[in-house]
Amino acid sequence: MNMCPGALRKWALGLPLALSLASLSGSASAAWELNLPVGVTPLSTIVYDLHMLILWICVLIGVVVFGVMFYSIVYHRKSRGHEAAHFHHSAFAEIAWTVIPCIILIGMAIPSTTTLIEMEDTSDPDMTLKVTGYQWKWRYDYLEDGVTFYSNLAPESRRAIYEVGGPQERAEKYLLEVDNPVVLPTDKKVRILLTADDVIHAWWVPELGQKKDAIPGFVNEIWTRIEKPGTYRGQCAELCGKDHGFMPIVVIAKPEEEYRAWVEEQKQAQAEAQTAALREWTRPELMAKGEAVYASACAGCHQLDGGGVPHHIAGIAGSDVATGDLDQHLKVVLEGRAGTTMRAFGTELDDVELAALMTYQRNAFGNATGDLVQPATVAVARLNLGD
Amino acid sequence: MSAVTTHHDDHAHEDHHHGPPPGLMRWVLTTNHKDIGTLYLLFALTMLFIGGFLAMGIRAELFQPGLQLLNPDLFNQFTAMHGLIMVFGAIMPAFVGFANWQVPIMIGAPDMALPRMNNWSFWILPFAGILLISTFFMPGGAPAAGWTMYPPLVLQGGMNVPFLIFAVHLLGMSSIMGAINIIVTILNMRAPGMTLLRMPLFVWTWLITAFLLIAAMPVLAGAVTMLLTDRFFGTSFFNAAGGGDPVMFQHIFWFFGHPEVYIMILPAFGIVSQILPAFCRKPLFGYESMVYATASIAFLSFIVWAHHMFTVGMPLAGELFFMYTTMLIAVPTGVKVFNWVATMWRGSMTFETPMLYAIAFVVLFTIGGFSGLMLAITPADFQYHDTYFVVAHFHYVLVTGALFAIVGGVYFWLPKWTGHMYDERLGKWHFWLSFISVNVLFFPQHFLGLAGMPRRIPDYSVQFVDWNVVSSIGGFVFGLSQLLFVYIIFRTIRGGAKAPDRAWEGARGLEWTLPSPPPYHTFVEPPKVTEADAHS
Ligand SMILES: [Cu+2]
Ligand SMILES: [Cu+2]
Repeated sequence: MNMCPGALRKWALGLPLALSLASLSGSASAAWELNLPVGVTPLSTIVYDLHMLILWICVLIGVVVFGVMFYSIVYHRKSRGHEAAHFHHSAFAEIAWTVIPCIILIGMAIPSTTTLIEMEDTSDPDMTLKVTGYQWKWRYDYLEDGVTFYSNLAPESRRAIYEVGGPQERAEKYLLEVDNPVVLPTDKKVRILLTADDVIHAWWVPELGQKKDAIPGFVNEIWTRIEKPGTYRGQCAELCGKDHGFMPIVVIAKPEEEYRAWVEEQKQAQAEAQTAALREWTRPELMAKGEAVYASACAGCHQLDGGGVPHHIAGIAGSDVATGDLDQHLKVVLEGRAGTTMRAFGTELDDVELAALMTYQRNAFGNATGDLVQPATVAVARLNLGD
Repeated sequence: MSAVTTHHDDHAHEDHHHGPPPGLMRWVLTTNHKDIGTLYLLFALTMLFIGGFLAMGIRAELFQPGLQLLNPDLFNQFTAMHGLIMVFGAIMPAFVGFANWQVPIMIGAPDMALPRMNNWSFWILPFAGILLISTFFMPGGAPAAGWTMYPPLVLQGGMNVPFLIFAVHLLGMSSIMGAINIIVTILNMRAPGMTLLRMPLFVWTWLITAFLLIAAMPVLAGAVTMLLTDRFFGTSFFNAAGGGDPVMFQHIFWFFGHPEVYIMILPAFGIVSQILPAFCRKPLFGYESMVYATASIAFLSFIVWAHHMFTVGMPLAGELFFMYTTMLIAVPTGVKVFNWVATMWRGSMTFETPMLYAIAFVVLFTIGGFSGLMLAITPADFQYHDTYFVVAHFHYVLVTGALFAIVGGVYFWLPKWTGHMYDERLGKWHFWLSFISVNVLFFPQHFLGLAGMPRRIPDYSVQFVDWNVVSSIGGFVFGLSQLLFVYIIFRTIRGGAKAPDRAWEGARGLEWTLPSPPPYHTFVEPPKVTEADAHS
């Protein structure tokens, strides 16, 4: 049961900050939020209306029931000399308060049913996006265009998690920013397929009005039609382990033309990445790229300083693997370690990324092996391991 | 209860050769329902504080953004263990404690029907609790996959997995034995004239709860056993790669889990239905409809389970079915609330601490019922699911519902159990501190959930800061207020004004015909119960 280092002091430092924020933040834009967002899709709008309808019905019933009750509390008390009546049932009242709720419930069930039927209709989409949940990132595949990428918590947010200080010093989109956002066209029916690689996750962007689980071995479907260009943020909603709180979702909706341009850009970048694997990389190039890959793929567990988590997750700094035999190191990263949370990265990272990562891990954090790993080396290791 | 017989002679006769044996072994070997009831209640109180400590840790970490006190893994251990300890260690044993103390003296029985099994079903609990809590000190720590233990995540746990499963098995065995005992006692040991429809409502709710326990706990045992074999014996019940189905666990778990919700609330309905008439000085309104409403809630509880898993991707027909059945629960629940309000209507009310808790229960449980109705609406649930809105909902039904009924029940019967009146002024302080702080704690969580904060996260983005600060402050005050509760209880055990047999002017029922405290053995000669005694 070890606590984070310097914990109490930091927490106590934050106390006055948090309190002052609580009193001052009337001016802050998104603070003191009370309700669901209306959202930007046809579904999110009808869900919002349904939510408000049920809420107001509940409030109304509450006002009546609690009103009667408080009247009784005020007037039917012994201290006012009120004598107790002796009635203990009334067939009329009992039938009435069984039948009336039934009618109210039917009134709620009808709009709920029509909404649900509409939500479950994923037929005739204009395009399909496949979303795969990983511990702890999302993978997006644009099935028609062949664009694929991973989306991780932005490094600035990750760095801020353990920082001293209160909310003011945190980035505005702290924990809601990613390195590679999903881009979708506006006014198109997008079918979203959901699955997961390891444990159950759930993909949720409140402004799209939908949430669905991403389950290993299953493919779930939802659909959306974003009517307003903009950036919409959400999070993984199903507990998926240590970094469940740190796998945000960012959807950028762009008009059709801009969206097409973005897709072309992505395709070109993917083609470039393939040729990049064929050339020799310099040390500064590898170290720079390696640092970025490490921050998104490894730092969640092994920490940004390579120190790992005591008693839990091995560090990279000074580790036998990262300073020992290169082939062994590559094998661990490519294939993972069975039965631990160290997952196989062979399919997740390409040769350039792996080469950069290996170079970085073997030279950063004081691991001065001097090794320089080229994409070709990684390709050979893959062949040897039958990957 | 004027027609009740000569109990005073009975206990005078009993005392000198049937008193409790002295010393520690009294508690280890006891087969006396009053002793065992006390043990259950003290165990529950201890667990309440351990679970509460974890809750304080959670609220402290969420007091501000960033990670200060708990690393994410430890945070997940805190939330999972908080849930497990509160459900299986605090709320359920507390109600069994009430059943042990109250059922025999409310139906005029000398003891529970199976006293030795009663001893056993209690003494399993501390071992189960120790097994569970010991996982905190193991390499890899405690279970961290939520109290719902969903695979595949829960199977990623380290050494804690077998301990968790074995602890759940033990807790389940204890509950089943307790339930069997309660059913046999109620069905076989009622005093002459105590027909089923003359039983106090608390006894009725427990009878129905006990059937729910017997039906639901084996299902949980089956589910966790499948986890065990998946982890250690190569089966693939829940492993998609081996042809299994991770969602099947959720179906099995919630087939237990939803009845479990009512296991934790029906006895609370019973307690409140005892307290309200006593302080309204007026009989319970709609006694029979209360019984039928309880039974229909129990029946419905077996066909609504998938409302906990609307987002797993069920077929439309399934989602509609579970939405309709869940909405239907509002009808019998509504009947109960209306009956309580009608009981208060034109009564002659006083507002001692038990009454304050009972009224707070009716109001706040109803708020939890409203959010429950909102959650039943499948399309809206897609937005609410797994957010703080759900956390707010089930804490309204479990804390201001179940726990408030337990606390109210303790104040109500403490004079009977100890023979002393508690300090009314302190009791009111405890009530008002708890009532205000618990709302400061949980009401803002509705807002957090609607604004988009998922549950079970150790850290959040800055837009959620304000309500989390408020909620944490409420949490700290609520937690500290419970120390006052313990102080009041122990002061009452040690002394205080002498409680009369009928501790409350308006209290009706066999237990109030006994001296306070009741002798070690009561109703050895069964009392006779008439219609007039039962419903007056
Ligand atoms: Cu996740
Ligand atoms: Cu349920």
